[in-house]
Amino acid sequence: MELITKHSDKITKIFKQVDNAFNGDEKEKLRDQLVKDIYLSAEIIANKSVSVGKRKAEWSEKVDDILTSKLLGFPIMLLMLGGVFWLTIAGANVPSAMLAKALFWFEARITDFFVWAHAPKWIHGILVLGVYRTMAWVVSVMLPPMAIFFPLFTLMEDLGYLPRIAFNLDNFFKKSGAHGKQSLTMSMGFGCNAAGVIAARIIDSPREKLIAIITNNFVPCNGRFPTLIILASIFMGTVVNKTYGSFIAAAIVVGLVLVGISITLLVSWGLSKTVLKGVPSTFTLELPPYRKPQLGQILVRSFIDRTLFVLGRAVMVAAPAGVVVWVFANVGINGINLINYVSNFLNPFAVLIGLDGVILLAFILGLPANEIVIPILVMSYLSAGAMLEPDNTNALHDILVNNGWTWVTALSTMLFSLLHFPCGTTLLTIRKETGSTKWAVFTFILTTVIAIIVNLLVVQLINLFL
Amino acid sequence: MGLTAESSGFNVLNKSFNIESKNNKPVIALAGNPNTGKSTVFNGLTGLKQHTGNWPGKTVTQAQGLFIHNNQEFILVDLPGTYSLLSNSTEEMIARDFICFAQPNTTIVVTDASNLERNLNLVLQVMELTDKVILCLNLMDEAKRKNININIEKLQKELRIPIIPTIARDNKGLHKLKETTYKICNNLIKVKPTKIEYSEKVESAVAKIVPILKANIGQISNKVNLRWLALRLIEGDKTILQAIEKYFFNNDLSIDQIPEGEVQTNGVNY
Repeated sequence: MELITKHSDKITKIFKQVDNAFNGDEKEKLRDQLVKDIYLSAEIIANKSVSVGKRKAEWSEKVDDILTSKLLGFPIMLLMLGGVFWLTIAGANVPSAMLAKALFWFEARITDFFVWAHAPKWIHGILVLGVYRTMAWVVSVMLPPMAIFFPLFTLMEDLGYLPRIAFNLDNFFKKSGAHGKQSLTMSMGFGCNAAGVIAARIIDSPREKLIAIITNNFVPCNGRFPTLIILASIFMGTVVNKTYGSFIAAAIVVGLVLVGISITLLVSWGLSKTVLKGVPSTFTLELPPYRKPQLGQILVRSFIDRTLFVLGRAVMVAAPAGVVVWVFANVGINGINLINYVSNFLNPFAVLIGLDGVILLAFILGLPANEIVIPILVMSYLSAGAMLEPDNTNALHDILVNNGWTWVTALSTMLFSLLHFPCGTTLLTIRKETGSTKWAVFTFILTTVIAIIVNLLVVQLINLFL
Repeated sequence: MGLTAESSGFNVLNKSFNIESKNNKPVIALAGNPNTGKSTVFNGLTGLKQHTGNWPGKTVTQAQGLFIHNNQEFILVDLPGTYSLLSNSTEEMIARDFICFAQPNTTIVVTDASNLERNLNLVLQVMELTDKVILCLNLMDEAKRKNININIEKLQKELRIPIIPTIARDNKGLHKLKETTYKICNNLIKVKPTKIEYSEKVESAVAKIVPILKANIGQISNKVNLRWLALRLIEGDKTILQAIEKYFFNNDLSIDQIPEGEVQTNGVNY
């Protein structure tokens, strides 16, 4: 009876006989020769039958040669990003001031109405000083930069520039032990980190996919860009020189994006050397063709999908939060209101990393959505009794300065915003995509620890030199 | 014994490759590098008559479909996109096993005309494995745009297989592709492809290995080219002999060694 095992023996026998027919590394050389012979045959046949005529390089190839060149790729990338930020910062000031003026003029009229109607003071407090003022802040501070930034950013996406950024970064990711495609998922993260986490599905290797998911949060998303842009324009821009303020502010935001990318690479490298060890797999990145942007589409999409979406979420969450914060600010234990109570508790630690208790509290309350951090911050300061001139063009700047902000505070807040824990949606998405709560918790802890360490280092270094 | 070599051949198709060919419908394999428009050719040939599944025991997607030409029905199987048939990955192994063991009636290799040299590596390897090969020179428009000129007559002389230029996106050349497939399947044209000439070192190694194979598994030499098998062993492919065992010695009762399980199910006593 012939059995399967007999054949297995037979296979072993054949392998042994074949092996015995060759000595040492002869077989290894033969394999290389065999593959070489196939390639050589293909080359000879192709050379005989294929001729390539002279041709003009297509304009897209010429453009790609420049945009992805070793020498110019990065400077052009920085200039493009810087240009977008500068346009946003320089363009947002005037409409922002106008909006603030109009909205606070209206607040005064509502207050007049409440006084005329003899409404109780607490109703006026909750509705006007709580809800309305918060919403007015969100709209006047966040709407103009978003209305400029999002169409410009969508335009860059639509032109096909983002894949070129990915192409420039591809090599760095491979060097840090991650997958080249991570440069694409990271680019998605600039739009929305939850979307970037989902995009990591394009990476086949589970190890490299996890690295891409965990580190996606280190690039600022739509919800955090406004915070960075606003703080950079009202603080960092005016520190050195007023005339070039908007340029400096734009450079600062570019710098922050670079810090984000560097930390992404650094953490990817660290993860691939420790928790997620392995050799990066290879792939070929093909650049999609340039497309003619559809201006109408860009305007509609960036306004509805991004500007209104982000603003809507900010207002929706900020309005009820306005009530809560107003109540917290006006209800107290032993004469200390609740906000002060909590923020005083957080303060000693927050100061170490360049923030204050209120800022840290705003980040914690901002877990559901990053776009409400600034509104909560402003509300907390305002409810604590800081008065402001409604027609002051730099009202937000004054509020923050009155609460002890310096450019160091602004820088620390921006860094913390860039690096701290992902928003609730992103965390839930991580859990869903990795299939385990473990990686969501790991990401939360890792990002927060890194944010604290970086802030601590930066603040202590600045203190050392100032 | 009740089973002829031919019917057990279809048994292999069905069991090992999830392909059911009723009434001896010819089976056509579609091979090619990634990004050559292979899927477009597949869709262009089959239209809506297709369905997808997985290769048995693998997570690689398998697509198959039907097309009719001259009132004859053909089963078209889309192989995974690969750059070679050297057993580097699951995809390459699936493509190799299908052409080697399912023995499709014709294999169409889809190539990118604007990138012929890189694509020819796969074509040459398929030509080593089966005689019934058609070269589909797809993306001709792209080649033209890049000012790449392919002398099809010369190429045909070199390879000695039918060459069909196509622009699958615009449905150009697909009719001729079907016609040629029909002719090969019905033995209206005979193809005898050029074989790769290896360097002396490789050829002398083949000469050493072939006798070993003949002595051990000579009975399959009418099914699998022993020279090709020798080349696989030189290449260092450890899986090919296991595959031969799996596909020939477990399924094909026309070969004298019969595994015990098969004997019992057929109720034959030895």
